Amino acid sequence: MKKGHYGQYGGQYIAETLMTPLRELEAAYNEAKADPAFQAEFQEILRDYVGRESPLTYARRLSEHLGGARIVLKREDLNHTGAHKVNNTIGQALLARRMGKKRLIAETGAGMHGVATATVAALFGMPCEVYMGATDVARQAPNVARMQMLGATVHPIEEGSATLKDAMNEAIRDWITNCDDTFYVIGTVAGPHPYPTMVRDFQSVIGVEARRQMLEKYGKLPDQAIACVGGGSNAMGLFAGFIDDPGVKLVGVEAGGKGIATGEHAASICGGRVGVLHGSKTYLLQTDSGQILDTYSVSAGLDYPGVGPEHAYLADTGRAEYVPINDDEAIAAFDALCRFEGIIPALESSHALAEAIKRAPTLPKEAILLVNLSGRGDKDMDNVMEWKKRRI
Amino acid sequence: MNRIQKCFEKTRAAGRPAFIAYLTMGYPNLAASEEAADTLLANGADILELGVPFSDPVADGAVIRTAAYAALEQGVTLADILALAGRLRAKHPDAPLVVFSYYNVIYSYGLEKFAADAEAAGVDAVLSVDLPLEERDELLEVLRPHGLTFVPLIAPTTSIERTIEAAKGLEDSFLYVITVKGITGARAELPPELKERLATIRAAVNMPIAAGFGISTKEQVKVIGEVADGFIVGSALVKMLAKDGKIHPEELSF
Repeated sequence: MKKGHYGQYGGQYIAETLMTPLRELEAAYNEAKADPAFQAEFQEILRDYVGRESPLTYARRLSEHLGGARIVLKREDLNHTGAHKVNNTIGQALLARRMGKKRLIAETGAGMHGVATATVAALFGMPCEVYMGATDVARQAPNVARMQMLGATVHPIEEGSATLKDAMNEAIRDWITNCDDTFYVIGTVAGPHPYPTMVRDFQSVIGVEARRQMLEKYGKLPDQAIACVGGGSNAMGLFAGFIDDPGVKLVGVEAGGKGIATGEHAASICGGRVGVLHGSKTYLLQTDSGQILDTYSVSAGLDYPGVGPEHAYLADTGRAEYVPINDDEAIAAFDALCRFEGIIPALESSHALAEAIKRAPTLPKEAILLVNLSGRGDKDMDNVMEWKKRRI
Repeated sequence: MNRIQKCFEKTRAAGRPAFIAYLTMGYPNLAASEEAADTLLANGADILELGVPFSDPVADGAVIRTAAYAALEQGVTLADILALAGRLRAKHPDAPLVVFSYYNVIYSYGLEKFAADAEAAGVDAVLSVDLPLEERDELLEVLRPHGLTFVPLIAPTTSIERTIEAAKGLEDSFLYVITVKGITGARAELPPELKERLATIRAAVNMPIAAGFGISTKEQVKVIGEVADGFIVGSALVKMLAKDGKIHPEELSF
């Protein structure tokens, strides 16, 4: 495979100004990766600050209700800041500090990555600016307040569709202009090489832990590992632990919105075609003439018209399977986890859970479906209430 | 010799830098773009860059972004722009025409079909802002058999070794040297080290070099003209179109 590519996907389709910064980043990352002191500090912060490891929780009442396979949850929602995003921002902030960068910038959709970046910026004493689509600023107000509380500046982006892709455009523009002293903390396994690989590596703690915990607790690996996919960082993190276990089926769940057929969704693999955006060749939602489409999902964190290039590759090779889950299925799964298990999941994670709920009854009791519960749902309260009001 | 080479030979002989004009095609509408291009080529522009609007213009400043969104609102496509290029070619047989695009629009069109249609329209070269050295071969392989060349971009962060590498095999084109770390758009002042940087690059490569980003005044052009073979003006022209949809040659002071 060509360097920085997954099959035909990935690469460095980006402005020339950023090519030298990307080379420096790649060199610094490879050096850090091989440095035991860097790894030790990363692990220490994950343990003492994030609260890792995150437990596996058997969703007993839900599983018994469904009457099939056992559903086991990897509890990334219990991390400090409430989602898996912080695993990656700690890794990148450590790298930024090591490279002598003075300022962190980030894009955010649902706001979880923005909060996770603002958090590590405070932890390391670095200024932080977060780009966020104006639409998302409005629908994720609690996270905007959290970022501001943590000392970050939030820039609402009114352009284009005013969502995650436009926030990422503006973050890239900032980086082109300020690449000397600025570190761009990308929140998902997208962007130009080395980001997709680096973010996967930082998130692989999810899958590596889960694999060991499965063996300790159940004496076997899960039959299926299921995670939601927007850009796809929590899924890549989970999959990384099982990629070499051919017996473990990997399932990525995309946001089907109002249904693939309606065109109102955010399912890049299930409903898109190959193109180039934000530095990578991958599956994209686009018009016939190559313009990037606005996406739709009830969940802001999955509302992105592309997908990490490694997911595109895993889809083509068949190692992972990608399926859509619609808004109403995700909301039903959200409700189910609240009522049966006393856990309020993020709407993003509810997509993965919905797929497990579909599959469990068709499988024997011995089977285990491992679901990455990538975040908690506190941020989604207003959204879910609104959604329910509209449906009555 | 291709049209680009002939053009630089002509401007060099005249002892002046080539004026390379960028327009976002379809802004304020396709007919106005065609008229503006026509006016520019008849009034001192040596090379025309046909900007293809894209929904996610990460390398552009506010002026060109606004123009791109307005063009897309009207449904302007790459096919429309190639057709327009064909009409310009009929009227201006010697003017080099460069398609300036983000890669996805070209990729989505189909690389082979794009190269064939661009050749048929009389296009000379392609510039893609998100196709660095590492990724450009895929496009170059289809452009070359159709007699098209490619314009490489050189940034302030690009080392001289990398510049030489980027120029390799494209000596029949010109190097587009980005003046500033940043996005497109007029700037009151260009970096003080620009002149020396341009001179260094010009001495290192065996092809014409042109400076772009931030250029809008006669004074800037004068300085650049001493050390480069051409200069690119984009945002300033698009801004002129924003007023009444027309290029006013008397207001061009370069």
